[in-house]
Amino acid sequence: MDFDSLTFDEVTRNFGRRRALNRVSLTCHAGELIALLGPNGAGKSTLLSIAATLLTPSSGTVRYGSQSARDGGAALRARIGFLAHDLFVYPELSAAENLWFFARLHAVRDAAQVVDGALRQANLQDRRDDPVMTFSRGMRQRLAIERALLHAPRLVLLDEPFTGLDDTAVVATRARLSVLRDRGCIVLLTTHDLETVEALVDRAVVLSGGRLTAIDKNQGGLRAGYRRVATS
Amino acid sequence: MSFLRVVWLLMRKDLIIELRSREILYTTLFFAVSCVLVFAFGFVREGQPMEDVGAGILWIAVAFSGTLALGRAFERERQSETMRALLMAPVDRPALYVAKLIGVMALMAAVEVIVVPLVALLFQAPLFQHLPMLLALLLAGTVGFTAVGTMFGAMLARARSRDVLLPVLLYPITVPVIIAGVRGTSALLQADPDPAVARAWLSLLLSFDVVFITLALWTFEPVMTD
Amino acid sequence: MQRLFLPLTVVVAAMFAYAPLMIANAPFESTMLLVQKIFYFHVPSWFVMFSGAFLCAGASAVYLAKGSRDADHYAVTGAELAVVFGLMGLITGPLWARKAWGVWWEWDVKLTLALIVWLTFVAYLLLRRYGGPGSEKLAAGVGIFGAANIPFVYYSVNWWRTIHPKTTVVPTLGPGMRGAFWFCVLAFMLLMVLIVAARVRLERQRALVDELFLELED
Repeated sequence: MDFDSLTFDEVTRNFGRRRALNRVSLTCHAGELIALLGPNGAGKSTLLSIAATLLTPSSGTVRYGSQSARDGGAALRARIGFLAHDLFVYPELSAAENLWFFARLHAVRDAAQVVDGALRQANLQDRRDDPVMTFSRGMRQRLAIERALLHAPRLVLLDEPFTGLDDTAVVATRARLSVLRDRGCIVLLTTHDLETVEALVDRAVVLSGGRLTAIDKNQGGLRAGYRRVATS
Repeated sequence: MSFLRVVWLLMRKDLIIELRSREILYTTLFFAVSCVLVFAFGFVREGQPMEDVGAGILWIAVAFSGTLALGRAFERERQSETMRALLMAPVDRPALYVAKLIGVMALMAAVEVIVVPLVALLFQAPLFQHLPMLLALLLAGTVGFTAVGTMFGAMLARARSRDVLLPVLLYPITVPVIIAGVRGTSALLQADPDPAVARAWLSLLLSFDVVFITLALWTFEPVMTD
Repeated sequence: MQRLFLPLTVVVAAMFAYAPLMIANAPFESTMLLVQKIFYFHVPSWFVMFSGAFLCAGASAVYLAKGSRDADHYAVTGAELAVVFGLMGLITGPLWARKAWGVWWEWDVKLTLALIVWLTFVAYLLLRRYGGPGSEKLAAGVGIFGAANIPFVYYSVNWWRTIHPKTTVVPTLGPGMRGAFWFCVLAFMLLMVLIVAARVRLERQRALVDELFLELED
């Protein structure tokens, strides 16, 4: 099962009396890297969770190509990689064991090789057998990014991927995401670090109070665009 | 991947984690032993255990330790929200349930290996006379208790007040298991053992197991997804 | 239902007003005399409690299968009915037992079954109240498991009890008593219909208020 676009159509999500997303419409195509910006509590994590099929919209539809999450089922989940704020790694297992477990769970072929490659990418080979609970935040972040990408997903969802990373890691991650985009993945990430993603993103949208607005980054860059939306 | 392979993969992961720290194993074992000892102080009068208490204490210790173990087992998946990662995997959701069920059962088996001889010793209960029947009762009863407990434990993993809500939800539903377990074991321990009665209770436990595991497999996915 | 509500309320009120009269005129039961008459309210309470429990379970199943919010409203109503009328039964039961046999509690099958089911639905309500957001779905699971448990509790307590036989609680119904009994059952069942209607309406209004709050943010 594969798809080349992700479409949110008038998606609303309520939690009791709080409207987290308000008629959000967004279309992302393969080979696009989109930044989802916005203040804390704006609903960015909710939007990513819905895209990851972990939450269902209260109203509106989400389409992966022409299919809905329900139609896609397990095959759809196999094509989605999600890096959430909680990193989804087991602290008691080593880096290699974590990756191996998730690789096998996602039925990745040649798991051992893929895991080795991932550890190299994350620059964690020398710590591969150490339990994750001994890792710093940055190291866990690097591991978690690789975990999300193990199964070569079509849709890559990243919630604040640059948190805790030092400069070298930021550069490496940026390059990684760029390669993914060029290979035809749909990459949707949230971040507060506008400078880091300035050159990387194709498009940016702002989520504020549950509503989505697009920014034109060609007019003065991301920060200027963001300010325009924030003050309007 | 086939259902059984997924279950095996998940169980293996839980087993490795548990063997590293053995935290749940040791704490649950210790709890079970303390439980039995506390009951000893309650039910042994002038050095002689009150009649017929062995069966009851055995099953209560199993129930209490089981509740503790279930709470701790799901607490692990709460850290780093790995439950969400498992739900995102392209696997049948009921496999998650089955893997946790077998894992907790294995833990309970370890607890029962310690508790059964301990109760036999402290309460002078001839538990080893009808060992196959006793084992059958323990197995069927533990499966029933754990089947419901795993379902509720998973449900509550992300809820508030989960520590206190698990026993509140679990005990009323598992009353038939406790009654059947205690009465079945009693029938084996009494002065004139009655295996036929024990067999009748065993059949109740087995039907409980079948019904509730089936229910859990049906309702696991809708309950766990938002 | 809206139009029927008021006339039905009047009917139910009239039935309850008349009921004491019917009960007073019913013949005395041979051994327990006056005390037995509590049974005219005690047993219908159980009918309502079990109906509430099955309503909760059925609505929970629909809620899980279809995601219908309305089904959830019926589920919580069923649980509340089970708890309230179960409480009535659990209070009248011991009162009766005390007077009839001198003990407050009897490990009678029906009484014990009712206690367990009552506890299950109290747990359901506790979960909804204290479980945090999203606990409606979790509670639906509890409702279904609770109802599935009923036959198991009945059989296990029943077998448990046959080893220690005691007197049964529900006496046989003499001919003159049947009229009063079924009258009271009907009154309670109609009361239940009224309460379900009112309570579901209340939940729907609550959902509506939530919707309005949400639209305020637009």
